[in-house]
Amino acid sequence: MGYRNNVQLTPDKRLKHFLSIEGLPRSILVEILDTAENFAQVGERAIKKVPILRGKTIVNLFFENSTRTRTTFELAAKRLSADVLTMNISTSATSKGESLLDTLNNLEAMQSDMFVVRHASSGAAYFIAKHAPDHISVVNAGDGCHEHPTQAMLDMFTIRRHFADFSKLKIAIVGDLHHSRVARSQIHALTTLGVNEVRVIGPNTLIPNEMSKLGVHLYHDLCKGLRDVDVVIMLRLQKERMDGGFLPSEKEYFQTFGLTEQKLSCAKPNAIVMHPGPINRGVEIASEVANGKQSVILQQVTNGIAVRMAVMSMTMGSHLAAENKS
Amino acid sequence: MTQYLDVEKKIKSLSHDLHEYIEQRQLDDVLMVGIHTGGVWVAKRLYQSLELTSQLAELNISFYRDDFTRIGMHPQVQPSKLPATVDGRHIILVDDVLYTGRTIKAALHEIFDYGRPASVALVVLIDRGGRELPIQADFVGRKVVLEKNQQIKLTGPTPLELSIVDARADR
Repeated sequence: MGYRNNVQLTPDKRLKHFLSIEGLPRSILVEILDTAENFAQVGERAIKKVPILRGKTIVNLFFENSTRTRTTFELAAKRLSADVLTMNISTSATSKGESLLDTLNNLEAMQSDMFVVRHASSGAAYFIAKHAPDHISVVNAGDGCHEHPTQAMLDMFTIRRHFADFSKLKIAIVGDLHHSRVARSQIHALTTLGVNEVRVIGPNTLIPNEMSKLGVHLYHDLCKGLRDVDVVIMLRLQKERMDGGFLPSEKEYFQTFGLTEQKLSCAKPNAIVMHPGPINRGVEIASEVANGKQSVILQQVTNGIAVRMAVMSMTMGSHLAAENKS
Repeated sequence: MTQYLDVEKKIKSLSHDLHEYIEQRQLDDVLMVGIHTGGVWVAKRLYQSLELTSQLAELNISFYRDDFTRIGMHPQVQPSKLPATVDGRHIILVDDVLYTGRTIKAALHEIFDYGRPASVALVVLIDRGGRELPIQADFVGRKVVLEKNQQIKLTGPTPLELSIVDARADR
């Protein structure tokens, strides 16, 4: 994994690309959260824009569908005064490697400064970062079942706004961990930030074996897993990634692992409920809980803008600074 | 060699001048804004001494700096804290040291993203010359001419201390 660490950081250890939480030191994660805190304040003003990336071009390369992530990345780029264009590219092309490089060459020729990449293949963002010329920063907006680092950081930001001290927290991640890049990034972020305990809760078929190696506690009973928990992170049941055989039925899943008000009462009374969206109401979470007092799901969306502004300005800034030094 | 400057005396004379300024112009809607970090410390002292009642605002200009492309993102200090709008307000902008003028340019830029103030006056504890932009302070605690190897150092918030240090000796 050594090379991956190096890809993300400049020689003086600043963030150059943002590809995965794995391999990043706590200091960088905290810097992202602190910078995002300042950008959050920009979002509360009448003029929600700062001039910091004026004249820079950011290309959102979405090889896979997305609404929330794409629009909040767009909004973040615009609030930094960058020019942003979004390309929705279908993945139907057979030889992904080749078509990807061709696309990149063209975008490079348009003098872009940053690629924000979402792709169905794990490692796509790393691949692009490795092949992109030195002046381009790459941000991973989700790659296959690997990582979704900005989502994890906006979740950390949301948690920190509710609970100041990570070291005291017990956090449960519930649902389809097998297919979830969000969960993988979250677990790395939570352990790097030093939370007290991370639990994963779900059926055997949806929790990969290697999970136990990440230092998390496994539970197959929702209420037991939620006991004494401060933060409940629900994952979406990824219907589009299910090739069958994982689950008997959605209805049965809801009965066992769906978060209802009754199940939520197993957690601490002031526990917050999070979900990266889009929500499958009545599948992994009951409507009353999603809309309830403990839900911070819409705060996560708002926080996503500030966190993405932080990541974009940090990566672009370290890059520009390194160029000016040489 | 370290040379200490009398901060208390400067704060006293600055607040005297500001009091006169506010009285003469009959400003009833003054908003004091300190620039992070040193400017906020100075602003707090002036604010107390003038017995102002409206919110004491704070400005973090990192997102408006003109050296972003040269040195990247600055380490983050506290976020800006300004009222939702500054429309029609008489702003007293406070910084510790006025040097190139670039910080003040960035601060003005940010303030105008909160609205259209009626006026902005600039107060600095020290004017050390060396301007690179046509920006001057309305109220200056003290003008200082520094040798090439000297730096101004403000420590605070309490006690607020100002000194001229020999940069080489400091290292």
